[in-house]
Amino acid sequence: MNPKSANVGIVIVSHSPLVAEGAADMVRQMVGDCVPLAWSGGNAEGGLGTHAAGILAALERAWSDAGVAVFVDLGGAETNSEMAIEMLGEPRSGRVVICDAPLVEGAVMAAAEASGGAALARVVATAEELSP
Amino acid sequence: MIGEGWKKVSVVSANAALIGGLIEACREVIATNADHLSELDRAIGDGDHGTNMRRGLEAVYAERNRLSELPLPKALEEIGLTLVMSVGGAAGPLYGTLLIEIGRQLGGTHVQDDFARALERAIDAVARRGRAGPGDKTLLDVLYPVHGEVLRRAGLAGISERAERAASLTFGMRAMRGRAAFLGDRSIGHVDPGAKSCALLTAAICRFLEEQCPA
Repeated sequence: MNPKSANVGIVIVSHSPLVAEGAADMVRQMVGDCVPLAWSGGNAEGGLGTHAAGILAALERAWSDAGVAVFVDLGGAETNSEMAIEMLGEPRSGRVVICDAPLVEGAVMAAAEASGGAALARVVATAEELSP
Repeated sequence: MIGEGWKKVSVVSANAALIGGLIEACREVIATNADHLSELDRAIGDGDHGTNMRRGLEAVYAERNRLSELPLPKALEEIGLTLVMSVGGAAGPLYGTLLIEIGRQLGGTHVQDDFARALERAIDAVARRGRAGPGDKTLLDVLYPVHGEVLRRAGLAGISERAERAASLTFGMRAMRGRAAFLGDRSIGHVDPGAKSCALLTAAICRFLEEQCPA
């Protein structure tokens, strides 16, 4: 989908659609269009929550053969993200990593790293350096 | 007896009427209790467990004709997948994982006639998915005792009672997982909504099977 999908993709998952969209907007303003980027926020009805179907769709939108780094807020976001990743199926599911990093800072740092063409492991490591 | 009952269900007589009936029984019990489940969830979560579960069961119900035509293991897998895609929250992946795994286990070559073992493996998968264990105030606190009853081949009524009692016992527990965990000690004194929906579904399934496979 993204013409420059040689770079690692970024997916942002929050219980709040506003948080997810806002964080994605921040990433976009900082790195422009050179990383595939998508977000999923809220439940199927647009309220607070997360849902696997929405996350799966975001993974598809931000898909890159170089892999995708996922950023989540609270517990349910992680559970649903894991489910969505499994649903991608092998071998693509093996190229998606949920980062143990703060949502906003992690996504921005990862996107900056990804925009320089870094490999998935490097992108994830950069984001996870932010975690104590 | 559930042991015999499930043997019949899983191997011999998994027919369209049975699958359709189970779907209908589950959908009905959730529809009837959706408000109560959301009320429980309002106390310690975000108040949408009933709404989410109802949406999920309605989605399954809408597909009941197609699902009824499948072999039971495949039907369980697809019901689980539908729940994942429609329930959302943590309940979607947890119930989804439970059913998908039971289906996969029953469909495997080694355990075709052993519902208890399939259930055990599926519950393990749910525990891994939610990174939770016994006493964490989740639906696992119903699933573990239910498995115990199935293992000792308790009657359907016994299983259903045990599930209800197990759900009630979450009242005194401190939540360790999910949104409720943020409340710490304030989560004590409320029944866990996931445990409650699990007990309600167990009871509905047992009631239905009792009508289908009288002892």
